[in-house]
Amino acid sequence: MLKHRQKRWWRQPRIRGWLIQGLVLFIVGLAIVYFATNLVQNLQRLNLPFGFDFLWSKSGPSIGETLVEYSPTDNIAWAFGVALLNTLRVMILGIVFATLIGILVGVARLSDNWLVRKLATVYVETLRNFPLLLQLLFWYLAVFFKLPGFENRVQLPGPIFLSKNGVVFPWLQANAATMTWVVMVGLGSAIALLLWRYLIRQRIERGTTTPSWLWPLLLWTGVVGLAAVFTQDVPFVMTRPQVINDLVVEGGLQFTSEFSALLLGLTLYSAAFIAEIVRAGITSVSKGQWEAAQALGLKPTLMMRFVVFPQALRVIVPPLTSQYLNLAKNSSLAVAVGYPDIYYVASASLEETGRSVELVLLLMAIYLTISLIISTLMNLYNRSIQLVER
Amino acid sequence: MTLINSKSRPKSPPTSALTWLRRNLFSTWYNSLLTLVSLWIVYLGGRGLLVWMFSQAQWTVLQANLRLFLVGRFPIDQIWRVWLVALIIVAVASFTAGIMQPHRRLAVGAGIVTACGLGIISLVKGQLSDVIWVLAMGGITILNLRLGPWSKARLPRSLLTRGLPILWFLTFFAVLWLLSGGLGLSSIETNIWQGLLLTVLTAVISIALSFPIGVLLALGRRSSLPVIRTLSVFYIEVVRGLPLIGILFIAGVMLPLILPSQVQLDSVLRAICGLTLFSAAYLAENVRGGLQSVPQGQTEAAKALGLNPVLVLGLVVLPQALRSVIPAIVGQFIGLFKDTSLLSIIGLVELTGISRSILAQPRFIGRHGEVYLFIGLLYWLFCYLMSMGSRRLERQLEGK
Repeated sequence: MLKHRQKRWWRQPRIRGWLIQGLVLFIVGLAIVYFATNLVQNLQRLNLPFGFDFLWSKSGPSIGETLVEYSPTDNIAWAFGVALLNTLRVMILGIVFATLIGILVGVARLSDNWLVRKLATVYVETLRNFPLLLQLLFWYLAVFFKLPGFENRVQLPGPIFLSKNGVVFPWLQANAATMTWVVMVGLGSAIALLLWRYLIRQRIERGTTTPSWLWPLLLWTGVVGLAAVFTQDVPFVMTRPQVINDLVVEGGLQFTSEFSALLLGLTLYSAAFIAEIVRAGITSVSKGQWEAAQALGLKPTLMMRFVVFPQALRVIVPPLTSQYLNLAKNSSLAVAVGYPDIYYVASASLEETGRSVELVLLLMAIYLTISLIISTLMNLYNRSIQLVER
Repeated sequence: MTLINSKSRPKSPPTSALTWLRRNLFSTWYNSLLTLVSLWIVYLGGRGLLVWMFSQAQWTVLQANLRLFLVGRFPIDQIWRVWLVALIIVAVASFTAGIMQPHRRLAVGAGIVTACGLGIISLVKGQLSDVIWVLAMGGITILNLRLGPWSKARLPRSLLTRGLPILWFLTFFAVLWLLSGGLGLSSIETNIWQGLLLTVLTAVISIALSFPIGVLLALGRRSSLPVIRTLSVFYIEVVRGLPLIGILFIAGVMLPLILPSQVQLDSVLRAICGLTLFSAAYLAENVRGGLQSVPQGQTEAAKALGLNPVLVLGLVVLPQALRSVIPAIVGQFIGLFKDTSLLSIIGLVELTGISRSILAQPRFIGRHGEVYLFIGLLYWLFCYLMSMGSRRLERQLEGK
């Protein structure tokens, strides 16, 4: 007769699991208590209080470049707000330009043209293999810093002025009619887009042969025409930079050399990685898909639009998300070129106030929030393009 | 039934240079346009670079500061320790290469590198001892490339496969001992580690330390126990959401505060802590990918053999998981090596930091292009060596 052997109690998986978890929790808790006690003792020894009220003291660090009004007599919280705007400006412009250049280079790596292919390869391999910090320092100190001063500026057609102080170029300026124009064009585009998608679906389902772009285009033109009739004005005014005397320039959009170097370095570096992602995405679409699309008699544009691109996008978007996150995090290297972003302001405030724990927490909270927002948006987009299986 | 016999397939016509040009560069009008534009870009870029290199750049900044770039202000009477470290690493590496893949090209390469080293020493007017060290390194490499196959033929295989990791392990500690001192050597504070030496040391130490933490975190994230899983996920996601410079800032500011006041960590050790904590989170994600690639059947088979959970992991799952993610792990280590340049922002004098202080010398103001090109090439060289080594290792492990 077999004797039923009961496992001893500490060898039962369930109980052992609880024991291990309890032990881990105990150790982690012990470590936290130990560090916290040290922290409290050290803060007492250094005579540092804890609390976030210092953020409202009116002694913000000096910030060289701001999008909104700011002076060092404002409080530190506002300094962080200004710095956040600066950070977001670099992140958003960087993501847009890096995506555009990345797609261009990625497609160039698959070009039929041997020379274009090789040039794109050299671009990707060079930029990916040098540290980003070094590239930023190079753009700032070896390129922008070597430019002549503003009195001997380089003038490109436009006019675009290049000098040690940065770049100035013509830009659009809003006028009284801008708001109406923006609303009308947005409305018209939205309606036209919906109509276009509806017509495309009709075409796929019923095989109608009417061109799907004609009615949306007419509708859009009508709405935009209405805007012109309403406002009787142009949507924007183009302002060209004008040199008042040899020191002051008015009009146009001005980028400081710090911002330009940071944006250029970040964009070119991230674009090299995005190019590889785009290339991998396009090559992942199997040859059979191209051939099947051709066999159906699709035109090359439709083939790209309906067959290749949707499938490539599914492969591209997840790694693209992590590239965007990297770009956002790498924007903190702004401090190396002296562009006042969040990290710059945090370390400057540390020197002024010495409130290290609070500043560390603030820094963590801001970056984690930005990372979370980017990944949430990209995950939503990713879900919308994924294959819906039965 | 095959319809097309591969032998009867018509041979592609021989291509002449002209047809190659037409096919690859001028097939359509827009391709021709693209070619012309690209040629113009290549011409402008190439001419600019050559003009700068040969008429504007002044390379004396490198010649005068080579020692600073490489070892910083390491005491001159102790410089033999750095040379000895280099010699030991070269010896162990060449012995490993000799066992894994003895190749005639490697010996030729070693000869060329030695000759280059001698050339550089003569350029910077080095001493006789430098020449001897370089010659010794070249000699020992070529010797070891012969010794490797010889010992592979005579010694039992198990001794070699067990012995090599142990040898590398011992090398790591020997190097640390030689560079930091103690036990009969005069001690050198980590503050004195500078230049390329500091870059390599921080990278290697952080990589070595982050490896066990990363593997544990990956196992924790895959664990069925909710507490362990939650803690691992929390750590990994928080660290991955922060920029490295932020983590270095946190390590620099918070570590002195959360440790008892008697413990004094200098800035190099704090930076190594920051790099390790950062790298462990990314490593954990890579290892997790490897763990997911091991089929469930392997675990079940190992359990059926009566192995306990620790042995199942150590003998069956982890070896397969780690082997499949070698490229990802090496890619991450290359990234970490490049990221050590960020240490210059928090005030360490590694390769990027020392270039800043060299460029601040009045003699060399404005020589940014030359210096950044040089240290960029140094970074590139190390990254290239790492990726080459990983490819070798991968091939070796596949061949088993």
